[in-house]
Amino acid sequence: MRENRLFCFDWVRRNWSGVLEPALGQHVVLTLIAVGIGFAIAMTLALAAYRLSWLERPIGVGSAILYTIPSLALFQILVPFFGLTLTTAEVALVSYTLLILFRNILTGLREVPTEVRDTARGMGMTRRQSLWRVELPLALPAIMAGLRIATVTVISLGTVAAFVSGQGLGRPIFDAIGENVFKTELIAAGGLAIMLAIVTDVLLVGLQRLLTPWARAR
Amino acid sequence: MDNADTAHNEGSNATAQAATLEFRGVTKRYAGQRAPAIDDLSLAVPAGEVCVLVGPSGCGKTTAMRLVNRMIPLTGGDILLGGRSVLERPPDDLRKEIGYVIQQIGLFPHLTIGENIATVPRLLGWDKARMADRTDELLRLIGMDPEEMRDRYPAQLSGGQRQRVGVARALAADPPLMLMDEPFGAIDPISRERLQDEFLRLQARVRKTIVFVTHDIDEAIKMGDRIAILREGGRLAQYATPAEILARPADDFVAQFVGADRALKRLALTTLSDLELIAPNGTPANGHRVALGTNLRDALSAMLGAGGGPLTVVDGDRVAGLVTMELVGRVLIDTQPGPTRRAEP
Repeated sequence: MRENRLFCFDWVRRNWSGVLEPALGQHVVLTLIAVGIGFAIAMTLALAAYRLSWLERPIGVGSAILYTIPSLALFQILVPFFGLTLTTAEVALVSYTLLILFRNILTGLREVPTEVRDTARGMGMTRRQSLWRVELPLALPAIMAGLRIATVTVISLGTVAAFVSGQGLGRPIFDAIGENVFKTELIAAGGLAIMLAIVTDVLLVGLQRLLTPWARAR
Repeated sequence: MDNADTAHNEGSNATAQAATLEFRGVTKRYAGQRAPAIDDLSLAVPAGEVCVLVGPSGCGKTTAMRLVNRMIPLTGGDILLGGRSVLERPPDDLRKEIGYVIQQIGLFPHLTIGENIATVPRLLGWDKARMADRTDELLRLIGMDPEEMRDRYPAQLSGGQRQRVGVARALAADPPLMLMDEPFGAIDPISRERLQDEFLRLQARVRKTIVFVTHDIDEAIKMGDRIAILREGGRLAQYATPAEILARPADDFVAQFVGADRALKRLALTTLSDLELIAPNGTPANGHRVALGTNLRDALSAMLGAGGGPLTVVDGDRVAGLVTMELVGRVLIDTQPGPTRRAEP
């Protein structure tokens, strides 16, 4: 009964557990892995560039180049290396998070007021203590801002990743775009991706408020 | 600050020994710069005294201070704290024993007032109860209610309150030496004066050895037991007590730096109670009265305002005697030895 109205709730009800729910679950996992790995790499690079400022330029340029590659092209480039797998999708998605996260973490650290850094060291904190107890906590708002942009970006681009991995909310979207576009499936999957992005963003804002109680104290 | 309020917790913390501080031929030369920033600086600060480093901008006063806790590495010479070279220990260990207050205070915005104050105790690994006790004790010492202030964040405090917390934080582990770089520099003039007075009262109780940096000669005269005047290139122009510097500036640079009104500044260091007043009977009083605790500068101003005649000095209800311009003027002459005397402007 593939009657192509604008939206058919009945189809959504019948295909929730078989199509949409697993796709949503896969999309969440896809996003968590990409943002998690991206964050770990970006944090390492940002800390390195924070200590050795000459590293900022090469890392910045490198991550910017990755960022500019059109996503479909990047997935295509990676297929010869990793095949039509989840790995290909993740490698591409991670590379898109790097620029955003690297820039935000580094900016956050650099914006810690000079006098705060000075007193931290002047009171006898080691470099490491100053970094973990003072500089990183103060960079948290900038880091969280980066994390929010990166996460929403990955959720959105993750739909395209179904092109190579066949997983996530992109799968039903690709399925819906045939010669005859199946509007219900397209809207349902697309809508889920949007909702996932919004919910995740709200959760991250909540997390940020929880972690930075001082930012609201005025 | 309310002394009655804080007196009861004086015992436990006011006992730590202050340490002597000695600069021995200290030189700092920055790479690529020909002229040294600090040139062969030698001076000794007795334990428990406030040494003010003062001078025009670029004279190296902040640099000299930061050499002590090795925030800036020495090029030559040595600095001894309590007779022991600061170079003997790793900088991180040394700094935990030296209180540090800078102009911008640098409170940690993400930590509460209590956590800020407990910074060094935490680094030293004190247990929780001891840190909490010490934090509350210090908050009371600076005239703040621990219950009310402990859990606030720096952003919720006024400039003056932040400054006090900065001092409390520097005192937390009871260091034998405090370094203070223009600690009242960013405060409005009225609050600054109150904070200065408060700090002097605090210092009278804790008796730390203090290196205090300022560009303001009036603040230097007020705060210092001794003043080191530095000139460009980090050379020591004079190191002496405020009275000595005002009475006998070592050279024209010092004379110019302390200002043309240095006779008046000297008067401000003495109060009427230090004078031998003229006996009240005999000379008629003209009705204008000043309190015995007034400094001579203000007394002189009052006399000029009253037409130049003598004033009646009162101690509460009692008349202590009379003061005249001549009597005030004699103070300057008495302490002015002949040979090095300079023409007063």
